Amino acid sequence: MTVTELFDRWGGLIVDATIETFQMVSISLIFAIIIGLPLGILLVTTRPNKSFENKYIYRTLNAIINIIRSIPFIILLFTLLPFTRMIVGTSMGVRGVIVPLVIFTAPFIARLMESALLEVDKGVLEAYEAMGIKTKDIIWHVMVREAKPSIILGITIAVIALIGATAMAGLVGAGGLGDVAYRFGHLRYEPEVMYFTIIILVVIIQLIQTIGNRLAERAKKD
Amino acid sequence: MIELKNIHKTFPSKKNGEPITALSDVSLTVQKGEIFGVIGYSGAGKSTLVRCVNHLEVPTSGEVSINGNVLNDMTTEQLRQARQNIGMIFQGFNLLKTANVYDNIAIPLKLTGVEKSEIKKRVDKYLDIVGLKDKKDVFPNQLSGGQKQRVAIARALSHEPDVLLSDEATSALDPDTTDSILNLLLKINAELGITILLITHEMHVIQKICDRVAVMENGEVIEQGNVIDVYSAPKHQTTRRFVNSIFPSDVPKAFIEQLESEGPIIDLTFVGTSADQPALSTVSKRFNVDTNILSGNIVQLKEHPFGKLTAHIKGPKEETDKALAYLEEQGVQVSEVEQGYDSN
Ligand SMILES: Nc1ncnc2c1ncn2[C@@H]1O[C@H](COP(=O)(O)OP(=O)(O)O)[C@@H](O)[C@H]1O
Ligand SMILES: [Mg+2]
Repeated sequence: MTVTELFDRWGGLIVDATIETFQMVSISLIFAIIIGLPLGILLVTTRPNKSFENKYIYRTLNAIINIIRSIPFIILLFTLLPFTRMIVGTSMGVRGVIVPLVIFTAPFIARLMESALLEVDKGVLEAYEAMGIKTKDIIWHVMVREAKPSIILGITIAVIALIGATAMAGLVGAGGLGDVAYRFGHLRYEPEVMYFTIIILVVIIQLIQTIGNRLAERAKKD
Repeated sequence: MIELKNIHKTFPSKKNGEPITALSDVSLTVQKGEIFGVIGYSGAGKSTLVRCVNHLEVPTSGEVSINGNVLNDMTTEQLRQARQNIGMIFQGFNLLKTANVYDNIAIPLKLTGVEKSEIKKRVDKYLDIVGLKDKKDVFPNQLSGGQKQRVAIARALSHEPDVLLSDEATSALDPDTTDSILNLLLKINAELGITILLITHEMHVIQKICDRVAVMENGEVIEQGNVIDVYSAPKHQTTRRFVNSIFPSDVPKAFIEQLESEGPIIDLTFVGTSADQPALSTVSKRFNVDTNILSGNIVQLKEHPFGKLTAHIKGPKEETDKALAYLEEQGVQVSEVEQGYDSN
């Protein structure tokens, strides 16, 4: 089979699947960052000896994040079925998979944000405290700002993990590249479809990592 | 201006043992317009002390007041306002890596509510004062240590504080750069009238810019006074070690014992103007003695020259006695080196 034939036969399917994957990844990513970044900030500021030290919040948050992060996505997907139905009205399709994807990714992002924020030089935070600047401004204009290169790299890692997780989305009828590879490549034994999707996935991941690295480098200013 | 009354500070111990006492009963007063230095070895409690002044570290007990306002009684909001009047610079510069020189000064101004048009004026004014007008767009990692400290100084000054605190601001810099930063501190003290409280472990810093000095050890102030007085008559053992560190006097003991049979070995301390006069050379002309400098140094304190020499006066006892009396008349402090001479 020539490349042209391959495209004629599977192109449309793969383009659709790629779009589905992008939809799932981008929507869940936005929600996961909206939830994960504040949680990361909370993890950093409520730990002992920090500005909003609170061992109850810190320990509870830590435990919840660890519990969710211990569950493989495929299990989380099924465990959350009733919850998903309650929130978005369905547990099927792209809409149905967003909830479990967000719940899977947000704690991961929270951890990535936590480690990025912890890298920020304590001395700078202290200098700003000494200048009489409000703690909330220090968090946003110093801590988050200075951590930006690491935050960008963290989000890159999260996106790649998300793409991996969307491969399971086919199980609830959400489609996507992973679903195509599984249904056509494995169940119907059309190996060229499998290789085709793999190549596309490799290219996408390479691209994302490259963009992530570039953006992080630019944010670093050195 | 800055008044610390009976400050105590203990830290809970890391391993649930005895709490660590970082400061015990420290009282200091820094007068308006002066440069006050605190010196001590590492771990003496110096950093904890300056950090208590702006309540980065809240004292366990004791009172901090600045311009008569007691920081201990303040609400969080009042403390924030008070801190805007207390600049601080650090050994590690503590600049934003992700912001250029301009923004490093402008961002804190914006966050403390300074108006936009005023921000630009202030950044320009203080970058000019620290001599970095042409570096506005440069990021900190492209600056040398001395330049980074200048940016940090401009950042502190841009809030137009009455007081500047310095926690080992020159300790990460080479000697030449240290001198240029110290000259800058002298300049802002003289021209802007900013009161400076600095801590250091280097005598060089004290003698170059400080008016008064306090010596700390084990969380206590063991001696304080005018720099010239502390240099010329250090009372505490540790103070003597600091002073002697700039006046090396490691003359071999055997050599001293041998010389002592031919005349006294004396420590001469020259204070102020008497350090300019060649008193020692006059002595050998006027009296029947030979003088021989064994070790010593003359340093320039902020306002006066100050010297300390160990010398051997060789000659018959009656002549050497006259020579010593003459030296004292000239305003030189003379003390005979005791047997069991301690090189420290
Ligand atoms: N945050 C802290 N927690 C526990 N111990 C501290 C803390 N800060 C300082 N110390 C202790 O207090 C003492 C004085 O420290 P410091 O003020 O940093 O001394 P210096 O600046 O003179 O070197 C040291 O024994 C140090 O270990
Ligand atoms: Mg220190």
